[in-house]
Amino acid sequence: MTESTEPQGVERYLGKKYPRTWDEVPIAGIVPWPGNTEELPKHSWRTIRPVIDQEKCIRCRMCWVYCPDSAIVEVDKEYTNKKGRTFKVSYEVNYDHCKGCGICAFECPVNAIQMVPEER
Amino acid sequence: MEAIKKPIRTVWDIPRHEQFAPGHNMCQGCAAALIMRMLMKVVGKDAIVAMGTGCVEVTTTPFPYTSWRNPWLHLAFENTAAAASGIEAALKALKRKYGIYKDRYVKVVAIAGDGGTFDIGLQALSGMMERGHDVMYVVYDNEAYMNTGIQRSSATPLGAWTTTTPVGKRMRGEPHPKKDIIGIALAHRIPYIATANPAYPTDMMEKFRKAYETRGPSLVHVLSPCTPGWRIRNEHSIHVARLAVLTGMWVQLEIVNGKPRVTVKVRKRKPVKEYLRLQGRFRHLTDEEIQRIQEMVDRYVEEINRWVGEEAIGPVEA
Ligand SMILES: Cc1ncc(C[n+]2csc(CCOP(=O)(O)OP(=O)(O)O)c2C)c(N)n1
Ligand code: SF4
Ligand code: SF4
Ligand code: SF4
Ligand SMILES: [Mg+2]
Repeated sequence: MTESTEPQGVERYLGKKYPRTWDEVPIAGIVPWPGNTEELPKHSWRTIRPVIDQEKCIRCRMCWVYCPDSAIVEVDKEYTNKKGRTFKVSYEVNYDHCKGCGICAFECPVNAIQMVPEER
Repeated sequence: MEAIKKPIRTVWDIPRHEQFAPGHNMCQGCAAALIMRMLMKVVGKDAIVAMGTGCVEVTTTPFPYTSWRNPWLHLAFENTAAAASGIEAALKALKRKYGIYKDRYVKVVAIAGDGGTFDIGLQALSGMMERGHDVMYVVYDNEAYMNTGIQRSSATPLGAWTTTTPVGKRMRGEPHPKKDIIGIALAHRIPYIATANPAYPTDMMEKFRKAYETRGPSLVHVLSPCTPGWRIRNEHSIHVARLAVLTGMWVQLEIVNGKPRVTVKVRKRKPVKEYLRLQGRFRHLTDEEIQRIQEMVDRYVEEINRWVGEEAIGPVEA
């Protein structure tokens, strides 16, 4: 028997493309690509989209907390509003992951999020 | 990310890192998705997830994709807790024989729906609790078998419409009240039991944290509004979950070594009607039927207050 030079275990599959045929399926049907649903856009699910008004937003974090699709992103972007108040973070929508459920807009305590219809 | 060790007091204690990936197929507004997101933030990378079939299992793992960034196992309906027990025993043996994970706390987290817990996986869960395995068990309770199209389970509340508890002349939705899974867990004398609710994220995550830190079996029972199954608006799922607490339909409990405590007190309850009327599954209920549910909740609240030894949940507001 010759010694295999192929890497063993899960490492065997990590760099590889997704299987297209049954004989390319990893042993036991394992999926060695952790968290890769992140590559799958969900924007086609939406009929309405959340739009955040940075001026109104008080950076309370609630939309970020309640989003079931991790589609509100907290970024270290400074923002000074017209009243002169400076915030260290900003909230933005990842429109690839957002499914348009409207929870963020409903839960926002200051109505800083509007749900607007998607248009073709 | 490591598991969270410090208490989670405010939303600012929640880590930014997402241990559970987006891009899954859970419905718009599904509370179970939020529960998984928050759970994985708490337990971090060293948890092994044993998942019973159901909505979360099916929607997070469309081959060759996965939303999980942890070792994760798909299990059958009946054996989530049995498989979790086996993994825990194997981890112990690996540690003893080969010193694997000697200086790292690797723990099994079992997750299943209400059907997979209250009904089909109950005997495996009982065995796991009785043998004292070091497993954290999370049941996300959407109050029916949602993945296969809204069939009733023993967690379906009194009066709720499902496809197998239809509404007509003879049948008026689910004829039985919800099974008391907390009572069943209590009877096993396990060290940590809690009920949680995604509308109270810091309370929920703090309970996840304590359940994960417990050495021995722990159970967290989480209410999980389901938009198509409960016939609610997508944006209402957190609102409805909150109303469950504010009406006394759902009490936020924590039972450490048998000692109960209500973690979210409600001074004045809202009438149950406010919870019921937002949900299409209760639309058929007459005023008399709602009154019967109100009386059932009144009795339940009284029982809880007596048990915890204080008026944790107050009377219905006038
Ligand atoms: C023994 C067995 N019976 C039936 C099924 C089909 N089945 C898969 S998921 C599911 C419903 C799961 O209900 P629940 O545990 O409440 O989870 P939910 O889908 O509501 O999240 C059913 C009936 C199965 N997989 N195995
Ligand atoms: S609409 Fe729903 S999915 Fe989109 S960002 Fe808001 S809460 Fe998240
Ligand atoms: S909930 Fe509203 S105010 Fe709070 S961070 Fe989000 S957009 Fe800003
Ligand atoms: S059917 Fe209900 S529980 Fe299942 S993914 Fe949809 S909202 Fe979530
Ligand atoms: Mg269910």
